[in-house]
Amino acid sequence: MAGLSWEPVIGLEIHVQLKTRTKMFCACEVAYFDTPNSHTCPVCLAHPGALPVANAKAIEYTVKLGLALGCEIAPRALFHRKNYFYPDLPKGYQISQYDVPLCGKGAFTVPEPEGDRVVGITRAHLEEDAAKNVHVGGTGGRIGGAAHTNVDFNRGGTPLVEIVTEPDLRSSDEAKRFLQLLRRTIVELGISDAEMEKGTLRVDANVSVRERGETGYRTRAELKNMNSFNFIARGIDAEIERQIGVWEGGGEVVQQTFDFDAATGKLTPRRAKEEADDYRYFPEPDLVPVEPSAELVERARAELPELPGTRVRRLEPELGFDLAEGLVASGRDRLFARTPGDRRAVANVLMNELAGAGVDPDAVDGDELGKLIEARNRVPRPVFADAIARSGDEGFSADPFLAEEATSDVAELGPLIDEILAANAGQVAAYRSGKEGLLGFFVGQVMKRTDGKADPRVVNELLRAKLSA
Amino acid sequence: MIDTLRLTAEEALGLLERREVSARELWDAYRAAIDERDGELHCFLSLVDEPAGEGVPIALKDVIGTKGIETTAGSKILKGYVPLYDSTVARRCKEAGLVTLGKTNTDEFAMGSSTENSAFGPSRNPWDPTRVPGGSGGGSAAAVAGGLAPWALGSDTGGSIKQPAALCGIVGLRPTYGTVSRYGIVAFASSLDQVGPTTKTVRDCALLYRTIAGRDPSDSTTADVPEVELPEREDLRGVRIGVPKQMVEAEGIESGVKDAFERTIQLARELGAEVGECELPLSVEYGLPCYYLVAPAEASSNLARYDGVRYGLRAPEDAYHAMVMRTRDEGFGDEPKRRIMLGTYALSAGYFEAYYGQAQKVRTVIRREHAEAFERFDVLASPTSPTVAFELGAKTQDPLAMYANDLLTIPSCMAGLPGLNVPCGLSEGLPVGLQLIGPQFAENALFAAGHALERALGFDRVPERLR
Repeated sequence: MAGLSWEPVIGLEIHVQLKTRTKMFCACEVAYFDTPNSHTCPVCLAHPGALPVANAKAIEYTVKLGLALGCEIAPRALFHRKNYFYPDLPKGYQISQYDVPLCGKGAFTVPEPEGDRVVGITRAHLEEDAAKNVHVGGTGGRIGGAAHTNVDFNRGGTPLVEIVTEPDLRSSDEAKRFLQLLRRTIVELGISDAEMEKGTLRVDANVSVRERGETGYRTRAELKNMNSFNFIARGIDAEIERQIGVWEGGGEVVQQTFDFDAATGKLTPRRAKEEADDYRYFPEPDLVPVEPSAELVERARAELPELPGTRVRRLEPELGFDLAEGLVASGRDRLFARTPGDRRAVANVLMNELAGAGVDPDAVDGDELGKLIEARNRVPRPVFADAIARSGDEGFSADPFLAEEATSDVAELGPLIDEILAANAGQVAAYRSGKEGLLGFFVGQVMKRTDGKADPRVVNELLRAKLSA
Repeated sequence: MIDTLRLTAEEALGLLERREVSARELWDAYRAAIDERDGELHCFLSLVDEPAGEGVPIALKDVIGTKGIETTAGSKILKGYVPLYDSTVARRCKEAGLVTLGKTNTDEFAMGSSTENSAFGPSRNPWDPTRVPGGSGGGSAAAVAGGLAPWALGSDTGGSIKQPAALCGIVGLRPTYGTVSRYGIVAFASSLDQVGPTTKTVRDCALLYRTIAGRDPSDSTTADVPEVELPEREDLRGVRIGVPKQMVEAEGIESGVKDAFERTIQLARELGAEVGECELPLSVEYGLPCYYLVAPAEASSNLARYDGVRYGLRAPEDAYHAMVMRTRDEGFGDEPKRRIMLGTYALSAGYFEAYYGQAQKVRTVIRREHAEAFERFDVLASPTSPTVAFELGAKTQDPLAMYANDLLTIPSCMAGLPGLNVPCGLSEGLPVGLQLIGPQFAENALFAAGHALERALGFDRVPERLR
């Protein structure tokens, strides 16, 4: 890990697929998990003469995102052509943005345990996604060893926003935190599912290190192919360590691109290109400049939700940083706000039991959940767990579960425990000779006999008393 | 008996309306003319066997995408390519009841001024088959002049409608950029390409322009178009005609062309026009070189899609890059290759500002210079082509001489302005064209001036040897 004298410098490039109904420049439905090439037309297959028409919804979504990132919205943005040959790029160029992106400079504030980290946004621009090359006959879908490659154009032309940050992040933790809050913002704006596993959110990291106090930047490496926030953090850490090793060994870091292999945790350098890319950018003559109306921008601004960073700071005083951030980053803070009860207890249940049960927080009735949490020590554990798991169901009511109060009646539990102890004399002897871990065994037996309805605190107390008698 | 050499499209429409001839008779007459003369003229790359409608026939340049009809843009790389959709102009023609006769020859990807760059052999000029019909829309122009089609559509990037119309003695309009949809037109240079009519008369031209013009949701660069007026007036009273000094004094204008042009200007005065001299010094000096940066740059990108992956020619190679390279090497002729190389160079890192960027700035200057001229004049007039039709092979070894043929048509194209060619006389027995340039969206002014001159000139558009 970074020694005391080294400071990591991290910038991110994030691609977000927008959740529009149709593609960026044609009327084909965005449905790329469908039968290959079933959502294509002359435009997204680049037939002769086909022309792009910009998707107004995608422009609106990008403006929304830009505003959430504090970006300046360009009054007159341009599309450019980025020219290169690749089978997944049917036109031989990608329509993207170059020197006048829709969203210019901005800043996104990420609360940290100690103060805020303000991450500069260099730009956010709109472009079209490439199609998908499907390598057939090799291993693991990779091109190496594949017999041939099929192209699925369903994904080709999906609206894609690229967000580029300034190199303002200083650790893998900060990068992860930034991404979590950014993802939350995107999801709440309703512009994308932003799921890394599905590829609707993709992140590349630019990493360099420098000695503390140094003001310039050293040569950076680019990390690609990391498909979860944890892998991103691990990849960044591995790269920081590698670079420090290079510098400390008297070497020099060279500009390189690495693929992160999640299985081995290793970085594999990509084959260096013989020549630099020259994409021959020029303004796309088939499209007119994008001029978002003042009305559109103001409406989008008015509709902006309170940003996650602000919400973390608002919740922090009563919950502490970790719980506050956890609730916001996981999208549970709205449910938290509408669930009555002890604040910390509610927060803990939301982050543990509710999260564990995979319940969609937006589907939960806060009042019912509040009742449940308030009674959580009085109802049997399996009942509580069951209730939590169903709390997102339509029309969920806590009452039927609350009726099943846990059995804490000593008169009822005492004879049952005596019976169990008598039937397990061997274990009793073992316990008494020091194997206290067997307590759990006895608790389990009691729960089994009471269908889990016994109050575990009472059972524990009774067992201890009887066993040490 | 239908005389396809003389019959105008407007007359044909009238005959059909009055039921004096049937659509079938009309179709058969043009097919007979094609059978008779296309062997010599080679106007068509493909023919439709049966009419798909009951209207006046039309020929379409082979860069215009037609659903179900092979569309090659004159290139081997698209041989056998049958579009899955109609271009907007083809659709509008269909909706207006026009019936496609076939697809006309063109320089490959509309790159050329003689049709000699067609991968399928050149077309020939009906006035003299040893000479070129001009280009790139030489097939359409020769078809109309030779009576093989009542009218036709062409496409114009730097003169591909106006110049062949001039060389074939017919009318051709390059409309204002943005008035006619480019959707479905095989792209050459997107910021310059514009589809327009090639016709026997100015009124036919206005009729066909009316049919195809208008905003198209599928082409973001289109605009609302003022209503098209069919020209009636036969005088030019109140019309201010500017003659750009640098255009009539340009090097290489043949004396016979100059004479015919000057006689026409004199006639315009007699019809009541106020004629004055104006200046377009930068447009004429820099128009051509800037065009040969902008157009190839855009072409290099537009032609990238012909990679053999999805349609068209595909060379039998196993590896992707080898396949793409061989497909493009075998599929493209010399002129597209030359322009792809020029354009790739002009867009390259380190050269962009000096070439493409600079050319776009000059384009703004050209626009401004024209706008200044239009403060004093309603239309500008010049010869369309510095020469009459030249012999086949005369310029094929000298690309620069071929490019210079577009010297007078290019400046207004670079400014996005409409230009109309009207035949204005003969030089050495070959047609000379008058170019009328208007401000943006001033097609009606061009039609009005062109129509009055056409009436007064009384030019016999039937090639002498076919009369």
